[in-house]
Amino acid sequence: MTALTYRAGAQRSRGRRKASGRGTPATYFIALLFISVSLAPVLYIVLGGFRTNAQITTNPAGLPGPWEIGNYVDVLSSSIFWRQLGNSAIAGFATTIGVVVLGLMVSFVLARYRFRGRGAMYALFAAGLMFPITVAITPLYLLIKDLGLTNSLAGVILPQIAFALPTTVIILVPFLRAIPDELEEAASIDGASRLGFFFRMIVPLSLPGVVTTGILAFIGSWNSYILPLFILNDEGSYTLPLGVQAFASQYSVDTAKVLAFTSLSMIPALIFFTIFQRRIVGGLTGAVKG
Amino acid sequence: MNTTVKTPSPASSAEATTAGSGARRAPLPAGRRGARKAADWRQRFEIAVLSGPAIVVFVAFVIVPVGMAAFYGFYKWQGYGPPTDFVGLDNYKIIFSDSAFHEVLSHNGFIVVLSLIVQGPVAIVLALLLNQKIRGRGLIRVLIFVPYVISEVIVGTGWSLMLQTNGAVNDLLADIGLGALKSDWLSDPKIAIWSLLVIISWKYIGFAVILFLAGLQSIPEELSEAAAIDGATYWQIQRSITLPLLGPTIRIWAFLSVIGSLQLFDLVYIIWGQYIASTAGTSTMATYMVANGRNSGNYGFGNAVAVVMFVISLAIALIYQRFVLSRDTAGALTERPKK
Repeated sequence: MTALTYRAGAQRSRGRRKASGRGTPATYFIALLFISVSLAPVLYIVLGGFRTNAQITTNPAGLPGPWEIGNYVDVLSSSIFWRQLGNSAIAGFATTIGVVVLGLMVSFVLARYRFRGRGAMYALFAAGLMFPITVAITPLYLLIKDLGLTNSLAGVILPQIAFALPTTVIILVPFLRAIPDELEEAASIDGASRLGFFFRMIVPLSLPGVVTTGILAFIGSWNSYILPLFILNDEGSYTLPLGVQAFASQYSVDTAKVLAFTSLSMIPALIFFTIFQRRIVGGLTGAVKG
Repeated sequence: MNTTVKTPSPASSAEATTAGSGARRAPLPAGRRGARKAADWRQRFEIAVLSGPAIVVFVAFVIVPVGMAAFYGFYKWQGYGPPTDFVGLDNYKIIFSDSAFHEVLSHNGFIVVLSLIVQGPVAIVLALLLNQKIRGRGLIRVLIFVPYVISEVIVGTGWSLMLQTNGAVNDLLADIGLGALKSDWLSDPKIAIWSLLVIISWKYIGFAVILFLAGLQSIPEELSEAAAIDGATYWQIQRSITLPLLGPTIRIWAFLSVIGSLQLFDLVYIIWGQYIASTAGTSTMATYMVANGRNSGNYGFGNAVAVVMFVISLAIALIYQRFVLSRDTAGALTERPKK
């Protein structure tokens, strides 16, 4: 499969033009084309929110005319949207903090302590990559039910932390290993213990990796669907993805409002990503190399 | 915090730092053996404190549920009280003789193969193009990642509205004179799975591009510069130098893509719902599991489906690791990665 992909890619690209390394008009054209394809459905959602249902029915692919802000105002003034936004935010931040703290601690052990069972411990987390949440969802739901955590955000947060740990460990361990031993020796000569070294040197130095894993955890939590679908049955505890779906089926005739609700619910993740996107590419570079 | 900084003498902590497993066994002068032992216990304590919470959470919410699935899969069980109705392999017999499950398998297979064929080459070419020094590169990267960042629910809601029979896509086709191509994109069983493929590719190709861009950045520029001096053309350089060096990244992406395709749930469940997916020909193993497990109250059966899904994914993952990824991850999973 890999060979096939690779050859197909190569044949496509063979002998088009001279080496340049700089963009030609064709490059810009293809980039532009790709961006329009990527953005068109998103724009459809955002612009659709500015239209009326009558406009959408008579001309489904048209632009707003006149622009109608009523849908957005309605959504923004509804308490249900803000409650779900709050729930998503709580779940997102709690998951991120949990993943980063637990992940950094265990990665530090895996990267910088020598002890028996270290390989097994790493393998345990690495094997976690093979356990997607979909496979475990039914028993996970039963477990959460037994713990009495259904309809509470904690029932979503704890499993999310657990399932985000493997990626976090795999990204962070190479980061922490790359910190030179000399630094640690210098720190211990200056009287810092292992833990002192952890808080004073490791935490700041591993920041790029931490930010990457944090963003991935946050976006994963913000968008997660199957877990809240199973755990949260009460509309008051819904996170935004469930809210969007409930809203879409409840107001299925009011397409414009559904589009407004949908586009508002994607804004936070987009902002979060835009601010930190450089870090993501940087962090992935480290992970891919490792 | 304060006490931990003070207690160990500089010498003993320096030893603890540099001590490999070999050094630990080295004979010590009698007076220092006590300090060594203390450092040993200290290290054990630190390991326990630092790794304990993560291991507890991970085992409780990942490993235990997977184990429970294997256990419940042998029972006929409605989810109330402890399971008592042991049925052995009956659930598995039903799964493998159910024609609906065979369909589901073929849908998953279709998505696995075509996702690789469609997304791989396109993403590689795009990553090569975007790796050039073009203007607005940062902005372009953000924009192509947008579909990946927004949630499956939003993607599903937006696309299902666009692809409705009287939706934007058909309207657009009519407007540009291709009205003959208007179709029931979501409900026609011949077309629906292709629509699903388009939506999946649209959503996940940005991730492939970003991953490949990250891989390209770790390839030293000197190599292509040297080749250019020797008279190689741009595309010759890409083919003979860049692509082979990008190999590990491509193989990891393919692995992630296959696993993702096998577990596909959100988009199908959101767009087609639990009932229409099978008639539209887009149901997957995961939607089959939810529809026949939790939604019909057969938790034992649902767990058995989960086990089948897991075994299939694991088998594919292990085979892939063994034959394709072995040279890339030989270090990553066991040893210190070379860096």
